[in-house]
Amino acid sequence: MIRRELLGGLFTEVTPLQYRNVNKYVMGGIFLKALPDLAQNNHHLSIARKSEGVWAKLLKEVKRDYWLYLMLVPGVLYFLIFRYAPMWGLVIAFQNYMPFLGIAKSEWVGFAHFHALFTSPDFWMLLRNTLILAAYNIFLFFPLPIIIALMLNEVRHEVYKKVVVSLIYVPHFLSWVIVVSFFYFFFSIQNGIVNEILQSLGFQKVHFLDSARWFRPMVTLEIIWKETGWGTIIFMAALAGVNPQLYEAARMDGANRWRQLYHITLPSIRSTIIILLILRLGSFLDSGFEQIYLMLNTLNREVGEVFDTYVYTVGILGGQFGFSTAVDMFKSVVGLVLVLITNRLAKKFGEEGIY
Amino acid sequence: MDMNRSWGSKVFDSANYFLLFLMALITIVPFLLNVTGSFEAPVEALRKSFVIFPKTFSLAAYRYIFSTNTIPHSLLVTIFITVAGTAINIALTSLMAFPLANKRLRVRKPVMLLVIFSMLFSGGMIPTYLVVKNLGLLDTYGALLLPGAISAFFLIILKNFFIQLPDELEDSARIDGCNDLQILFRIVIPLSMPAIATLTLFYAVGHWNQFLNALLYINDASKFPIQVWLRQIVLLSQTGIGDSANNFEGVIPPGKTIQMGVTVVSTVPILLVYPFLQRHFAKGVLLGSVKE
Repeated sequence: MIRRELLGGLFTEVTPLQYRNVNKYVMGGIFLKALPDLAQNNHHLSIARKSEGVWAKLLKEVKRDYWLYLMLVPGVLYFLIFRYAPMWGLVIAFQNYMPFLGIAKSEWVGFAHFHALFTSPDFWMLLRNTLILAAYNIFLFFPLPIIIALMLNEVRHEVYKKVVVSLIYVPHFLSWVIVVSFFYFFFSIQNGIVNEILQSLGFQKVHFLDSARWFRPMVTLEIIWKETGWGTIIFMAALAGVNPQLYEAARMDGANRWRQLYHITLPSIRSTIIILLILRLGSFLDSGFEQIYLMLNTLNREVGEVFDTYVYTVGILGGQFGFSTAVDMFKSVVGLVLVLITNRLAKKFGEEGIY
Repeated sequence: MDMNRSWGSKVFDSANYFLLFLMALITIVPFLLNVTGSFEAPVEALRKSFVIFPKTFSLAAYRYIFSTNTIPHSLLVTIFITVAGTAINIALTSLMAFPLANKRLRVRKPVMLLVIFSMLFSGGMIPTYLVVKNLGLLDTYGALLLPGAISAFFLIILKNFFIQLPDELEDSARIDGCNDLQILFRIVIPLSMPAIATLTLFYAVGHWNQFLNALLYINDASKFPIQVWLRQIVLLSQTGIGDSANNFEGVIPPGKTIQMGVTVVSTVPILLVYPFLQRHFAKGVLLGSVKE
């Protein structure tokens, strides 16, 4: 029980790991928390509909708790204007949207934009780039925080552990602009440190930042540098919940450290691993706009352009509002479906694994 | 126990300590080289590709950065956005979280549904851009402050924190004649300082690091936050402006030195709040969720 709550709270911290996206650190592990809320909501609504005089009751309540209702107003307005009005704005995905005509007068084109998207070679490029980047992320980045957490767990020297932990999660708080600036500082062809060292050792300089070949490794390396420490903390918290008596008992039974790792430590974080993995799968199509945008240039666009950046390029820069909204909407809908599926999975595993 | 550790165990420990040391080193070396590099004298910087410790300590890069109005002004803009934005965030988030934490409120659940769904699905970049545009917010600070005024995720965290405060406190305040607004400001918020402090820091860091919204909504260079300028400078330094070919031996510091200087200037505030983040993040967010 305690552990589940602890984990629930820590999912705040998980978030940037999966959603390096538009809305900063929001989301991520929320689904675990959101699900019970969602379930209750449905339940509540169905009851409300059945009972008589809902509106009269509501009015009475508004009179009684007018302060509370007043407090809700700014927040609800915010959500309606900045979150729900854009959802209504998705209708332009079905229009030949002209800014000077507005939504009401723009010509209706049905699924033409979607048709154009799916028949365009760009679509396959975007899908490929997005999926490959996500795969790099899952295979190369995802296991690292687990490994580091396990390594830290073996450290008996508390101060050493603390110092390492507090150092490695600093980069999480830096902006992508700064992280990319660091990477230019190291890997630039111009006067990047790594290239200078390569040259002084007699090697050729490598186009780390402006070639298609190195784009994906560099992007993944940046994520590793920025987020590994942060990710580690989640697993550290799960490990902190392990009862030390388990280890004592195992030692009594003659288990060496590998045995303890295999039979106590790993099982204790298994559910956390599974849930984080599932949640990551739920945001599979999110590549993180800022990072990719900052790393893109004409020389790596063919492998670097993903859905997020394509919407910006075609929509904001190219002015094709309707078409780019269709692209974004495709991504959002697939994302929603993935989230709902993985939600269900997470709940399943969550109940099984964490209680 | 330490006495009878096996040989293998000792080797493992040494390797483990060493690898973790390496990990910490990789994390901080970019910072260190950036800081030392930014103090490099222009002449030296033009000759060498990089230094670990500059031979001659020089403030040339910083003098250059602060010689024009651009960077100082944009720092002020960023500070303004961070302070004002965070104030808006905290005010709106706590105002909304409080009623949502109140179980007797009938609309609580529909509103929660509204909040949660907004996390699962969004209109996306273009429709949001059009909303901001239609509100007349393009090229105003409003475009940097309002679209992210409430983070649904932090709202839920704060709501959950409020819920676990003892109801008796609230009841006794009500008996003393407090209305809900007074209860929020006099009882609930003071009791929730660990959570509020954590959210403040996270929101503030988010504003300081803001790049995307400025990219989308701001064209007026006088309103660019520091991240946008840093980006421009990184790109400029790639073109080699200020490097040896077109520079009389170090009149202007080379682009890379300026880049390092601006990186330091825009990183320092984050590193200054870091100890607070450190302290509060463990306490605050955990307190918000751990129920014994």
